[in-house]
Amino acid sequence: MLLTPKTFSPPSDDKRWKIVDGMMRRHGYEPYALIEVLHTVQETFGFLTDDAMKYVALSLRVPFSKVYGVATFYHFFTMKPPGQHTCVICTGTACYIKGAPVLVNAVEEVAGIKPGETTSDGQLSLLTARCLGSCGLAPAVVFDGQVAGKITSEKIKQRILAHLVSAPETLAVEAQQ
Amino acid sequence: MNQDDLANISAQTKTSEKGFEHVVKVCVAAGCLSANAEQVKTQLEGEVKHRGLETCCKIKGVGCMGLCAAGPLVSADANEKMFQAVTPADAGSIIDNVMENKPVSEAIVLDNKLDFFTGQKKIVLENCGEIDPERIEDYIACEGYEGLFRAITKMKPLEVIEQITKSGLRGRGGAGFPTGLKWTTVYKASSPRKFVICNADEGDPGAFMDRAVLESDPHRVLEGMAIAAYAVGANKGFIYCRAEYPLAVKRLRIAIRQAENNGLLGMNIGDTHFDFKVEVRLGAGAFVCGEETALIGSVEGGRGTPRPRPPFPAMEGLWHAPTLINNVETFANIAPIIRQGGEWYASIGTEKSKGTKVFALAGRVNNTGLIEVPMGMTLRDIIFRLGGGIPEGRRFKAVQSGGPSGGCVPEQYLDIPVDYDSLAAVGSIMGSGGMIVMDETSCMVDVARFFMDFCMSESCGKCVPCRVGTTQMHNILERITQGKSGPQDLELLKRLTGMVKAASLCGLGQTAPNPTLTTLRYFMDEYRAHIEEGRCPAGICHPAKVEAEVSA
Repeated sequence: MLLTPKTFSPPSDDKRWKIVDGMMRRHGYEPYALIEVLHTVQETFGFLTDDAMKYVALSLRVPFSKVYGVATFYHFFTMKPPGQHTCVICTGTACYIKGAPVLVNAVEEVAGIKPGETTSDGQLSLLTARCLGSCGLAPAVVFDGQVAGKITSEKIKQRILAHLVSAPETLAVEAQQ
Repeated sequence: MNQDDLANISAQTKTSEKGFEHVVKVCVAAGCLSANAEQVKTQLEGEVKHRGLETCCKIKGVGCMGLCAAGPLVSADANEKMFQAVTPADAGSIIDNVMENKPVSEAIVLDNKLDFFTGQKKIVLENCGEIDPERIEDYIACEGYEGLFRAITKMKPLEVIEQITKSGLRGRGGAGFPTGLKWTTVYKASSPRKFVICNADEGDPGAFMDRAVLESDPHRVLEGMAIAAYAVGANKGFIYCRAEYPLAVKRLRIAIRQAENNGLLGMNIGDTHFDFKVEVRLGAGAFVCGEETALIGSVEGGRGTPRPRPPFPAMEGLWHAPTLINNVETFANIAPIIRQGGEWYASIGTEKSKGTKVFALAGRVNNTGLIEVPMGMTLRDIIFRLGGGIPEGRRFKAVQSGGPSGGCVPEQYLDIPVDYDSLAAVGSIMGSGGMIVMDETSCMVDVARFFMDFCMSESCGKCVPCRVGTTQMHNILERITQGKSGPQDLELLKRLTGMVKAASLCGLGQTAPNPTLTTLRYFMDEYRAHIEEGRCPAGICHPAKVEAEVSA
């Protein structure tokens, strides 16, 4: 590139912006890096804020409308802060056939949230996935990034309750296993 | 690196492996990992170290062994002994068994003579479950990168394409377009820059073939891409991979780095003038991005919306340059074809569908997992012989192939050979290879509604027939499952399927009605039971009640 692209300062002095800046620099601030950069923002901050998207738009020289358009087009991106813990229920075909809807109902029953919602104490988010590719272990659920297979409504309730009741949640979950 | 270096690495790796009396392999692909395989591996390693057996027994993490249902899987001595559902606590007795032939608990012994294993023919998956996916040396020891060397040092690009054409290989992403023809088109397109893209956006729910290949044998895909790039005259490649597959992405990145460090990717590959670089691009959860023009839009950093074809990407694709797009499994077939010749490949399979196909067996079947069989095997063989039949003695109802674009094949067609044309003749498609088996506990109207719900929310919204059509069809199907439908609904549904099929812009819309069409064709009695009698034969829906139970 002939001209050094103009750089903008991040929305806050949070050090994590350095990770995002690094990713943009690696791609030479090219507009085609938009999706990669949004992935980095979400990985770093957990979700996409307006400020983050505006900053990315300026830095990559793409209209904010395009950034917003891309962020809302893809299911992977979220603009809502996730809960302390996440529970992703796979609703792919194999899991659906083997009872994923029952699992969704089970979580709704104990935590009172529907897919896409977070409990009012911010402890737990419930999400659904199109397919995790763990069809051999259907129905599959991801608790905090760990895939668990052959889940029953009893098992999922147990793990959810562990998240809701105690503070050092992970320990409680391990103990119940 | 040149051919001698390659042979050296291969010989060294083989010798070092032979130095061990026993090699114990632990499956560390996603399926087994989620069943605690990592701890099993650590425990086995600890056990070997504790007994001071490091010099004669090697513990090795390998890719997918196939039978995901019975994971975590462990095998020893070239699969002479296999173990299933292993827990870390079993490590000691497994080492006892391997070293001294002491008996182990019956529960963890897995019969390696099962039809599931013996009935397969492995080409794409030949290294899966055999090599460590994070070591390039392991791949090289299995004739890895020999195909690439043969292509770039001994063959002209047209000769490479000729072998691919001779092999009869057809696109494994679902549509089955002849691969040789696609390569020829890109080869002939005159342009200073061309691209090769590997479609690893395996969006079909219920399919995990590409994931297994990427997690178990990533170098095979890179080699296939490099051969393709050499043949069509491209110097830059992208792998568009789902963000939902973090392990596949990680192993791909490791593989790319290793290949670059060894001079197998990058500049002057194999001391020739051929350059080829590969980058991974992450998808972000949009099913439509499996469609090639939408995929290109996404690689360019925008929304993944398809555009009309022609011009086809082979003429005008990524950044308007001619672009070759093939699926993971297609690329995984390339290296063996170049090594062993197109005629060898063409000798496998049926007249119009050559070679083998990888299927992901899932749903209501005993042996869920990954299989590779020659084209032309019957559905009955796949589901009942390899798959081990339906659990709990239930009755088979249908098998769904091709995901949301495919159809449900009923019992009367269980004996058709599995190839592109036979599946199309009964209203389904080969698809990428997902096979979901359903038994009497599945309601076919609900299944149709499930897939329509999927297509409705995955429709990109660009063309009206797909955006509005799928919503209307979904509403009708929902009404039927809720018992709120009238007699005119079936007629309306049929008319809509025809309209959406004919008028949609891309493959998503054009094939979205398939699950509905096939269920209407083969399971009309179930639709009737819902509409006329207000009952669901499978007991899934509650057509008589006002509210539906299932709303996932």
